[in-house]
Amino acid sequence: MPDTTEVKINPVTGTLIREGVPSIMNPDDKGGLEFALQLKDQYGAHVTVITMGLPQAEAILREALAMGVDRAILLTDRKLGGADTLATSSAIAGALRTMDFDLVITGRQAIDGDTAQVGPQIAEHLDLPQVSYMEDLKYDEATKTFTIRKQLEDGYQILEMQAPCVVTALASAVKPRYMSVSGIVTAWDKEVEVWGADRINVPEDRIGKAGSPTSVFKAFPKQLKPAGETFEVTPEEAVELIVNKLKEKHII
Amino acid sequence: MNLSDYKDVYVFAEQRDGKIQNVALELLGKARELADANNEKVVAMLLGKNIKDKAQELIAAGADKVLVVDHDLLETYLTEPYTEAITQIIKEQKPSIMLIGATTIGRDLGPRVSARNITGLTADATKLEISDDEAHEFRMTRPAFGGNLMATILCKNNRPQMSTVRPGVMQKLPAAPSRKGEVVDYKVTFDEKKISRVKIVKTVKEKKTVTDISAAKILVSGGRGVGSKEGFTKLEALAKELGGEVSSSRAMVDAGVMPADRQVGQTGKTVRPALYMACGISGAIQHLAGMEESEYIIAINKDKFAPIFSVADLGIVGDLHKIVPMLTERLKAMQK
Amino acid sequence: MDFSFTKQEELFLQMIREFAEKEVKPLAAEVDEEERFPMETVEKMAKIGLMGIPIPTQYGGAGGTNIMYGMAVEELSRVCATTGVILSAHTSLCAAPILESGTEEQKMKYLPKLASGEWIGAFGLTEPNAGTDAAGQQTIAVEDGDYWVLNGSKIFITNGSYANVFIIIAMTDKSLGTKGISAFIVEKTDPGFSIGKKEKKMGIRGSATTELIFEDCRIPKDRQIGQLGKGFNLAMKTLDGGRIGIACQALGIAQGAMDETVKYTKERKQFGKSISQFQNTQFQMADLETKVQAARLLCRKAHYNKDHGLPYSAEAAMAKLFAAETAMEVTTKAVQFHGGYGYTREYPVERMMRDAKITEIYEGTSEVQRMVIAGKLFK
Repeated sequence: MPDTTEVKINPVTGTLIREGVPSIMNPDDKGGLEFALQLKDQYGAHVTVITMGLPQAEAILREALAMGVDRAILLTDRKLGGADTLATSSAIAGALRTMDFDLVITGRQAIDGDTAQVGPQIAEHLDLPQVSYMEDLKYDEATKTFTIRKQLEDGYQILEMQAPCVVTALASAVKPRYMSVSGIVTAWDKEVEVWGADRINVPEDRIGKAGSPTSVFKAFPKQLKPAGETFEVTPEEAVELIVNKLKEKHII
Repeated sequence: MNLSDYKDVYVFAEQRDGKIQNVALELLGKARELADANNEKVVAMLLGKNIKDKAQELIAAGADKVLVVDHDLLETYLTEPYTEAITQIIKEQKPSIMLIGATTIGRDLGPRVSARNITGLTADATKLEISDDEAHEFRMTRPAFGGNLMATILCKNNRPQMSTVRPGVMQKLPAAPSRKGEVVDYKVTFDEKKISRVKIVKTVKEKKTVTDISAAKILVSGGRGVGSKEGFTKLEALAKELGGEVSSSRAMVDAGVMPADRQVGQTGKTVRPALYMACGISGAIQHLAGMEESEYIIAINKDKFAPIFSVADLGIVGDLHKIVPMLTERLKAMQK
Repeated sequence: MDFSFTKQEELFLQMIREFAEKEVKPLAAEVDEEERFPMETVEKMAKIGLMGIPIPTQYGGAGGTNIMYGMAVEELSRVCATTGVILSAHTSLCAAPILESGTEEQKMKYLPKLASGEWIGAFGLTEPNAGTDAAGQQTIAVEDGDYWVLNGSKIFITNGSYANVFIIIAMTDKSLGTKGISAFIVEKTDPGFSIGKKEKKMGIRGSATTELIFEDCRIPKDRQIGQLGKGFNLAMKTLDGGRIGIACQALGIAQGAMDETVKYTKERKQFGKSISQFQNTQFQMADLETKVQAARLLCRKAHYNKDHGLPYSAEAAMAKLFAAETAMEVTTKAVQFHGGYGYTREYPVERMMRDAKITEIYEGTSEVQRMVIAGKLFK
């Protein structure tokens, strides 16, 4: 019997302005999606993609459908807006609670929020075991056990978890597939389910701005360093320049 | 929740195989500053097995108190026992601020703890401060949108106010080995059923000696322009002369030329060395995010339009394959 | 008149552009330098269905539009004209005639393998003495029981040494002139078939352009494609479609050269400013940009006609004529704008200029295109 895999694609929401920014699938989530699709290739897993965001996030879901996922859900509602990662993870966990699944895969971090939090927080809300920094994943259908290779700074670990559980995927560990031409041609043939806050059964004080313990005090562009100098010189002159600077800075 | 019940700055003292990680000491340095601004204490949380003897190192680094949670189940990091232990500390001790190093452990632990305790977590903060107005609020600043923007975050009504910080961002205090502090044997209880849901089958250390490039004072870094292992031997020779380490852009790690622990950049390590030499690195924004805070940046690239030159203090348009060996020879000669 | 792409075409454009940038562009200089057929790229293309874009799903294809196919050729050619022509010859010159003129058995036998990229296709019409005067076919096919026996040779065949399937045009009855020419499907493994000389070319150097040799090459009777004596018509119809493919290749080359030149002229500073700020640059580039956009519209219209069952022969000829001449003009000027650097292999524009030239020649020279257009005009 094929198991069910869910891929949660990291949200497009955050604490900053989102209107008019075209959604792109963030590279870490694409990695997670690739792992899910490999499980589909190997074990016939059913893959569902969920993303929480503004209506334009549908574009990412079409991409995911073109890559080969079976079901796509867009969680979108004004009430969910202004959410930080805790509120976002609560909302997504609310959606997941209504579904049957064996595995939730999330990306390690989003390039916009850069927080790497939503996956483990979802796991906590669902009271499920988690492993993060997943590089590789195998499944034993008989025992419903996942064997995961986790990246460490100085090596790796092999861990085992039983379904249902949560992993955050390491994008660099896998090369995401391109959408296939037939996937693209048929991407609009499937329905993208649109879910609102009413479907997820999460108390209002746990979603949106109300459910966000963190808030942005201010956002500002990075301060620019004073400009340095660039020289087009011969190698000999380059060495002179460098050595003099290193002496000046007391590095040598 | 009465916010005034919450006090003190807690630091997760990450240890691996009984060795305290540098990032923990760096965070204790910062915690000291934050606690002093509020006349509060710095408390280190030391979880592990047979690790009580490490408590003094934490006190020397700035902790006033060390909570030693010594338990079989904490010997090697797993999400559930560590999350549960820290949650019990939070519920009983009511910390105002909690800092965790953004390592593979911290990034797994931090979010789980914040969700279990329904509080806010700011990840990868680069700046932590207490505001000097009468509110004395804890402000956490972090890069957003791939480093193009900075955002200052507050966690106003929930406690503890949590933040993870990458290794190499904060600075250790000079160690004061004779410093005095309190060491507490802290007891926690575990739900055996929950704990056993994830099993470690084995842990494998990579054979090569691991370098922590975020601790290096000097980095000689290579990108696509270096191209190959042979190219990197030139950088290694230069690094040796300078007493530094070799690091790499993502391109060379993805190409299998350099190992992942040497990668500098958004998905690699953040470094702030005294000297960063970018050789054959174009300077994509994700790379810059990992090194642009370096004190002095020298860039060597054949392409005069490479973005790296926008952050370089000294830019050389030239062939690194000629310049680097020449520089190495020159430095060798100067030693004599 | 709706000039917009469908949602599918937009998503396709996003994918093919990323594929071209990440998978094809990094190899382009090496493919040119080493005259190497980029097999690994073809395998990657095959994996995601690019080798069968306009082939219907019932034959294993992706069921996409010709517009998508044209986009693919353009985007690939933008970074590597060699890769563009590999796809174009395979799809337009081999898969298309089988789809349009093959029996159901032939379609079921060949299209799935071509669409999946398991097999690469090619087309053999040109001979040493039959170029623009294609009717002067000297390769002959003679009936022998249940077989056809082919004798002769073809030259300048794209994909030659890597193809598994060839559409071959041969004379079956010399007395009937063009009505005595027929078309056949030859497989690489057929007895008496061999690959001859590989050409050393000015451009599209990674494309394997070879001679095909038929020495008592025996093929089963059922390999005849289309009606006996209708081979010349099949060839001309095939070239009509192929022409749009080449027009897209030329368009891609032109666009690639434009992109490189805009980038370079913005960064290159002389006399205290970027050379893009000189009016000479701006005016010339404006003219070139207009021509490239015009070429694009002609290509799209030709493919639109094909997708909608409208006649497209003259449209294809105009697209090819204009796109090829535009590509030649744009790439020549691109080299000029790059100055001395443009003449070196450090920058891609010299390769683009060498690549562009063939688009004015193959699949019908610009002179032939003019004949086709005038033919329609003065009917």
